[in-house]
Amino acid sequence: MVATAKKKDVVIVGLGWTGSIVGMELCKEGLEVLALERGDDRDTVPDFRYPNVADELKYGVRYALMQKPRNSTLTIRRTLGETALPYRALGSFLPGDGIGGAGVHWNGNTFRPMAEELRLRSYVLENFGESIISEGMTIQDWGITYSELEPYFDRFEKVAGIAGKAGNINGKIVESGNPFEAPRSGEYPMPPLPQTVDALMFAEAARRMGYHPYPLPSGNASEAYTNPYGMQLGPCSFCGFCDRFGCFNYSKSSPQTCILDALKRKPNFEYRVNAEVLRVELSPDHKTATGVTYLTAEGAEVFQPADLVILAAYQLHNVHLMLLSGIGKPYDPVSDEGITGKNYAYQMTGSTSLFFKDIDFNPFVGAGSNGIVIDDFAINRIDFGAHGFIGGSYICAGTSNGQPIRSMRLPTRTQSWGGQWKQAIKEWYGHSMSIGSHGSNMSYRDSYLDLDPTYKDRYGRPLLRMTFNWKPNDIRMTQFMKTKIEAIAKSMNPDITESDYKSNGAMYDVRPYQTTHNVGGAIMGTDPNTSALNRYLQSWDVHNVFVMGANAFPQNIQYNPTGMVGALAYWSVAAIRKDYLPNPRSLI
Amino acid sequence: MSTKVLTTTRRAFLKKTAASAAVSALPAWTHEPAPVPLEQYQSQFFTADEWAFILAATARLIPSEGDGPGAIEARVPVFIDLQLAGDFGKGTKWYLQGPHDPNAPPQLGYQSPLPPAEAYRAGIANINDWCRSNHGRPFVELSPKEQNDVLTGLDNNQIVLTSTLGVNFFDLLLQNTKEGYFADPMYGGNCKMSAWVHIGFPGARASFREWVGVNKPYPLGPVTIAGERA
Repeated sequence: MVATAKKKDVVIVGLGWTGSIVGMELCKEGLEVLALERGDDRDTVPDFRYPNVADELKYGVRYALMQKPRNSTLTIRRTLGETALPYRALGSFLPGDGIGGAGVHWNGNTFRPMAEELRLRSYVLENFGESIISEGMTIQDWGITYSELEPYFDRFEKVAGIAGKAGNINGKIVESGNPFEAPRSGEYPMPPLPQTVDALMFAEAARRMGYHPYPLPSGNASEAYTNPYGMQLGPCSFCGFCDRFGCFNYSKSSPQTCILDALKRKPNFEYRVNAEVLRVELSPDHKTATGVTYLTAEGAEVFQPADLVILAAYQLHNVHLMLLSGIGKPYDPVSDEGITGKNYAYQMTGSTSLFFKDIDFNPFVGAGSNGIVIDDFAINRIDFGAHGFIGGSYICAGTSNGQPIRSMRLPTRTQSWGGQWKQAIKEWYGHSMSIGSHGSNMSYRDSYLDLDPTYKDRYGRPLLRMTFNWKPNDIRMTQFMKTKIEAIAKSMNPDITESDYKSNGAMYDVRPYQTTHNVGGAIMGTDPNTSALNRYLQSWDVHNVFVMGANAFPQNIQYNPTGMVGALAYWSVAAIRKDYLPNPRSLI
Repeated sequence: MSTKVLTTTRRAFLKKTAASAAVSALPAWTHEPAPVPLEQYQSQFFTADEWAFILAATARLIPSEGDGPGAIEARVPVFIDLQLAGDFGKGTKWYLQGPHDPNAPPQLGYQSPLPPAEAYRAGIANINDWCRSNHGRPFVELSPKEQNDVLTGLDNNQIVLTSTLGVNFFDLLLQNTKEGYFADPMYGGNCKMSAWVHIGFPGARASFREWVGVNKPYPLGPVTIAGERA
């Protein structure tokens, strides 16, 4: 027997960054808003408090704040011919669960994409011609421009409290910022953090080579700060327990530190935890949603009617819910028809390690989002025609942690066990650094998400199935970055240099952690035949369903996604407030 | 394993550790009772034969010879036993539903129906069978050189364990051994923070604002989550 709950104006699925943003902004309209979060309730106290949180095994290795695959996972295959198998234990990516979502345990790197990235297909066609788009590559424009989004980037950076240095304010290039960024309307809300030894060395080497180093835009506070919602942050202590951990110091930007206490005070806001949404319910004509059906912690099934349904779960789960609920035609890579699940993409990363016997890096002195970046090989700096790939990277050095189980960097000539290993950990711990390439990943016809034909979740629903592999275009990009980074490394005269980049024939490996920057699958765009969402993140098919998050990315940008995810949420909710609520309909 | 509970505030804790580091060279550990010798340890998960295997295998993975503690001095076997007896061993967080493909490409990750504790049980039995077939004796009765050769064969996939397909048992054992070496001592290993002292990791101190950008060795030794000093 399914109970029917009292109707709400708005139901939000998932209470991480985007759910918190949309909740806050829609509560201002006086609407009754309910957020359903399938994970646990979490707050700085008691869940992230010192010293208990300084526990590498519990959080960094056993993933206490992440989703448990037993409760929620997907299957993965590399090619259309392979049989997808379950992602049984976490590895390559780490979706969060619980209040705050991945916004609790991220590093805090908060970029804006380049203007060119948001109209990538047009940019390529205008400058390099269609012939450089390889067979099967399905890159698209986003249907929105950087200048339209600028006020919303600014808004998110002020709410999240980002520390950084602008490089381009209204077209005027500013010393020691990023000169290649699109124009910003103002400076960052906080000045940059101080820099660790490795970042300072990298900055000096990059400057000597004529590059343009700038501080990594950081969601780790550099000073006392009060945001527009009245939430307060204090300066980061460089505790070295940031990514994979909650912040005990009220320094890391998160829904908890930046939004939730203010949101919980709104009388028209309510949230329920351990409430897992099973599907979005549609009207008989499938043009609107009537609400969602969820399971309570006790296992009771509840229908929650609502006028507006906001999907604000992690990218993979938004797409999964859309497929399970029949929102949008599922994508078929063979016929190239359908839209839901189309254009899944990831992030192409690589790094060079530099070992210096005589330098004390003290890697435990770390902040999640500490570092120095160059954008000299970013997307708008590269001649795609001359170099034979579409894409780019930001190149960065910085230290987030020196936790010894997961961050023990050793020369590869060292044996991984035995007496030599024991000697090497003493010799090399704290005497190395890394320069990383964080690069774009294009979208392809055979990289997509659908429902698995075999494996089921604990409620009997088909698991999501990911089909994804590395492609030659993106491997050429990362190999290009390798040559640039190795040249910088060489100029720094390390005792040993070692590189780790994908090379020809590389197959996606789900075991080592790479990034939790899964994107696409319910992409935004200008045409209902090639995108699942319109430019306001509104479902083309079901107009009272809006879908937040990185699932909207038609291909992956070269930067960490959260800055874009936050800006898109503010952009979308502004359209809901101004245009949708007065006259609910398809906005395009 | 210490059951001491930290009741002081963080501020008082930092003041205390900083002050005592300056005036006292006496490690807090001198006041702790000596832990139970590994030979007398009552294991929570392992059988007596399995416990003997774990003592012998971890002693080869991180030997006692040379600078720094070996797995035995750090009490890594206790850590592994407690982990396997708990949620990790039971695989309570993992998706273990079938069907399982025993010949899956390794890049698709853990594909065994066995939770980690059962993988250990099956893997240890399989290694001992291999040793009996090839050497006439179980692993613990081999010489250290022979034991190293067996572990190298597992590491290189020259010895294949048919009882634990879909899980790389050697990788699991090595990973858990390193976890026990470096995790906070409250989990049973890293005895007296000896592995942290060995490499110069300050443990749970977690406050380094004044040391950002400083290229000099950090002066303070480690602390545990429970507040002990090395």
